[in-house]
Parts: sequence; C-alpha cells; structure tokens
Amino acid sequence: MLCVRIIPCLDVRDGRVVKGVKFQGLRDAGDPAERAAAYEAQGADELVMLDVSATPDGRATAVETVRHIRAELSIPLTVGGGVRSEANAGALLEAGADKVAMNTAAVEQPELLTRVATRFGAQCAVVAIDAARRLEGEGWEVVTRSGKHRTGIDAIGWAREAVARGAGEILLTSWDRDGTRSGYDLDLLTAASRAVPVPLIASGGANDPKHLIEAVHAGADAVLAASIFHDGDYTVRAVKDVMAAAGLEMRLEAGQ
Amino acid sequence: MSGVRVVRTGTANLASVVAGLRRVDAEPVLCADPDLLAKADRVVLPGVGALAAAMETLRGGLGDALAARIRAGRPTLAICLGMQLLLEGSDESPGVAGLGVVAGHAHKFTGVGLRVPHLGWNRVEPGADCRLLRPGHAYFAHSFYLAEAPVGWAAARTTHGGAYVSAFERGPVLACQFHPELSGAWGLDLLRRWLEA
Repeated sequence: MLCVRIIPCLDVRDGRVVKGVKFQGLRDAGDPAERAAAYEAQGADELVMLDVSATPDGRATAVETVRHIRAELSIPLTVGGGVRSEANAGALLEAGADKVAMNTAAVEQPELLTRVATRFGAQCAVVAIDAARRLEGEGWEVVTRSGKHRTGIDAIGWAREAVARGAGEILLTSWDRDGTRSGYDLDLLTAASRAVPVPLIASGGANDPKHLIEAVHAGADAVLAASIFHDGDYTVRAVKDVMAAAGLEMRLEAGQ
Repeated sequence: MSGVRVVRTGTANLASVVAGLRRVDAEPVLCADPDLLAKADRVVLPGVGALAAAMETLRGGLGDALAARIRAGRPTLAICLGMQLLLEGSDESPGVAGLGVVAGHAHKFTGVGLRVPHLGWNRVEPGADCRLLRPGHAYFAHSFYLAEAPVGWAAARTTHGGAYVSAFERGPVLACQFHPELSGAWGLDLLRRWLEA
C-alpha cells in the first residue's frame, strides 16, 4: 500500500532557505543542502524546493542550489518557483530535480504542462495551484504571481484541466491558510481529491500532526509543511510516529 | 571500484542516478557508444520519460548491446522505464516493440479510486529466491506495470490495486520498477549490493 508522504518545503532565495508568512518578512533559515540532508535523516519522504528569488541572478543560483542538494539527497526533489518554459524545466531536471512544479506559467500558458509532460514524462510535471476562497460566492479561485493576482478561474476546474494537459501530480496550496498555522483547508482538499485521479499534495496551514492527519482523511496523498519543521517544533519522524499511531500507512525506516 | 556506464537515452533525467551511484562510491560515466556498453564492467539503464522516445534511441546498436549483456548475464541494472524497456512492449506505446530480452508486457494501472501515476513510497516484498532485493520501502513513479514474473527470474512484488512485479533479478542483472537512487538508505544499500554482485 502507498505510504502517506511527508514533504518538508524549503523556500529558497539567493541560495539561502528563508521563511515568512505569504513571502513577507522573510527570515534566514539556513543552508539548503544542509537542511535537505537533515530532513532526509529525520525521515522526510520527499522535498520541495521553492525558489522565491525575485531576480534573474537569483534564478541562476537556484539551479546551483539544486545541484548542491542533489549531491546530498537520496529522496525525490521537486523544484518550483519561476518555471516559465520547457528550458527552465530542463535545466532544473538536469541539475538534479526529479519533478518540476509549474504555477503562474501553467495558468498563463497551459500548453507548458503538455510540453514538459511529453518531453520529460507526466511523473515530472507537477502543477502547483494556489487557491483562495472566493470573496463572493462558493468555491475557490486560482491566484497567481505569489498571490498578487486573483484570476477568477475555478481552482477545481483548473486542476481537472491541468491533469488533462499532462500534469502527473497536484501541489495544492490554500492561499487563505498558508503561513497561518490554522490547519489545511479540508474542503478544498476533498473537492480536488474527488476531481482528479493523480496524487494530491496538501499545502498551507499545518501547525501540528493533527492537521496532517486531517488532510489525509480529507483526501490528500501527501502533506507539505514548512514552518513546523523549520522552527524545530517537530521532527519529521515525530510527526510520522503520530500519524502511524493514528492508523495511517507511513514509511518508518531510518533515514540515511 | 570499477567504472559504471550509464546509458544516455536522451530522454532520461540522469542527475539523480549519477548522484546516487557516486554516493555509493561508484564512478558513473554517461555513455551512448554500443561498443563501450558491450565491454563495460557494469551498465545502468535509467529511464524517465516516454517509452517510444527512449526506444527510438535504443533502436541502433545500443539496444543490441544491452540485450546481449542481459542474455549473457553480465552486470546490468535497469531502473523504472529502463525495466519496462527490457520487455516485449507496453500499453504506453502500442505497436512499439521493446527490447524483448525479458518476456512480458506492461499494462496501464486502472481501477476505481486508484491513484495513477503510482507515485510515492510503497513496500517491496522479494521472493525467497531473491539475492539482491530485500524487503523495505522504495520510491515509485510510474503508470504502467508488469503483472507476471518472467520465467527464470527471481521477482519482488508490490501492491497498488493488486500485486504486481516491482523488480526482478538473475545473478548480477537487476531490473527495478522503483528508483533505488531515490529510495533513501534502503535504495543505496541495494545499489551497493548490485555493485558487488
């Protein structure tokens, strides 16, 4: 049986791990390769590195950072942030990413998903969807450009379309919950999980293991969290032990 | 440690497999020369991407060199799509012949509520006759699977929907549906055993 995956997320800017609420007030949280190795040793099942650099120089640094992380890491690495073309995706995969997550660029040019999936395989094409509850009416809309732009596009409909275009996995972030530590948006997870056959990674809002368990019961196949691990509140292994005790299938072998 | 040639199929993401081999002290070198592959001590056939595109690059002498190594029982490791390339064919690319050096055909995962791709960590249960494969969790990323163990090979099984063949081995020839290079300490141990087989 497939195990529930625990995925720590490293937000990286100019070669350093940073953490802040909704990308505001970023604090330095360490060296990416050291952090990555430490998370693997704690039992992380996979890592996501999100490049939050705002400049072309920062982006070039991200490829180098991927190379450094890959030399240390024996678990899968997904890289997102600023993936705007097949060439960007190829450079990250060549540097050692196993999957690339496409967000704003996929919304603005959905054929990018198809091109990446066709060339590199659907298993490397992750669509990252930032979803916010609509200000009026039911459901969620897609937000892009790090939350600056509310697109009006139905998030669940976009999930379906992205999979039809070739995405092999969905990284679904609740924009309302991200960084708030108030728990995942469970209704959003359930709606997305029912809409698509591909694996679903829940993101945004985790504060303790209970939240991760709720996300899995709501339909997530994997859970992504940043703050609770960065701040040392919990180790990955401690979270996995709680989830296993709650009856979830977890990988409990020691890390490297 | 002698050199290991990693087949460059042109479609595969090779960084992770190269990094994994380096972490177990091998010296991987990328290779697309059939003569060098035929002579190499050890060969790794990685596989990420679409089957038809990968077969296209194996069509010439590369595929023949690989098939000859496997028939002769020379140390060869096939990973993920690399494993499926050894078979006769796959639902992924109807009408495209695989190398056909191992009997079998890959089918698409189907089933109500079944997550496809099969992506993540799942349990590998080796048969009693396996020498390299040991029980543990491995990382998988695939949509097509081999249902029946090929005759003459020791096989491991994994359950996704139903039980299927997640790896098979014979002497120093090992084919894995999962990615040992992405399967943590368990995967690195498997790479070490293969390097010594």
